[in-house]
Amino acid sequence: MMRDDIERRLVLATQAGLPLVPRPYAYIAEQVGCSEAEVRERLADLLARGVVRRIGAVPNHYAIGYTANGMSVWDVRDDAVDGLGERIGALPFVTHCYRRPRALPDWPYNLFAMVHGSSRDEVLAHVAEIRAVLHRDCRRHDVLFSSRILKKAGLRIGA
Amino acid sequence: MRLAPMSERPARASIDAIDRRIIDALQGGFPLVERPYLAVAESLGIGEDDLLARLDRMLASRVLTRFGPMFQVERMGGRFVLAALAVPEDRFDAVAEQVNALPEVAHNYRREHCLNMWFVLATETADGIGAAIERIEHETGLAVRAFPKEREYFVDMRLSVRQGHDA
Repeated sequence: MMRDDIERRLVLATQAGLPLVPRPYAYIAEQVGCSEAEVRERLADLLARGVVRRIGAVPNHYAIGYTANGMSVWDVRDDAVDGLGERIGALPFVTHCYRRPRALPDWPYNLFAMVHGSSRDEVLAHVAEIRAVLHRDCRRHDVLFSSRILKKAGLRIGA
Repeated sequence: MRLAPMSERPARASIDAIDRRIIDALQGGFPLVERPYLAVAESLGIGEDDLLARLDRMLASRVLTRFGPMFQVERMGGRFVLAALAVPEDRFDAVAEQVNALPEVAHNYRREHCLNMWFVLATETADGIGAAIERIEHETGLAVRAFPKEREYFVDMRLSVRQGHDA
């Protein structure tokens, strides 16, 4: 949760991105109404609390060569899914890995891993690697390739 | 409404070897010092002005989708939920327009499956999710399948720039 009004104003001032000026934290401090040092201390605190995952650049996957992405979904035994989820999440081509509820009867999958590659074949090769890790603990799987981005917006909280 | 096809991607020629090193360097931790761009530029052996100009250009050409803090909504009391719809093909674009019109819809992808529309709802409070789902169901007449996460094993959008993408 957000701790106070300064923290809320700091989130509002930075959610669209950091300003591209030599002293970005001083620039933000003026908008927030605190000192430049406090902006840096509060960002360090937000990072330590996990409210901010990291500060950095988010490349367009297509622009840096990842033209194929598949949402791989797996029906994994309940007593094995957590240990296996950690292992799948650690694979370098997986950017997100979650356990989600099944929606039986037509959606038996409880493990989701987003796989990126420069072609569908590369994604499918990575999916085969995941299959090998899951081995007999996986009953079924599928890969849902994305064919169009319909919307991509950042998170925005209200003012 | 105009929808971006997957083929609409930034020109590859817009990235050179220095840009590639910048992207890789800036996917890690950005320094919390008074002049962070100067610190990064020095580590890359380029000028601060050059780094700022390249970041500005890469953001404008959408090689970078954003640069700044990445917030974890749940730690701020908010909620993210993945959801899907099985949309009849002849209504696909119209339903995409209805779904995308909700500010709670952060991302939306067409995927090859009978559940052919997958979107992420992001709300500032937990109870905003149910209201957004009801509204989509009411407007589209389609049943929303929600897949809230039960456990997160790994999330990191970091991917290194592929070789051959420096034009």
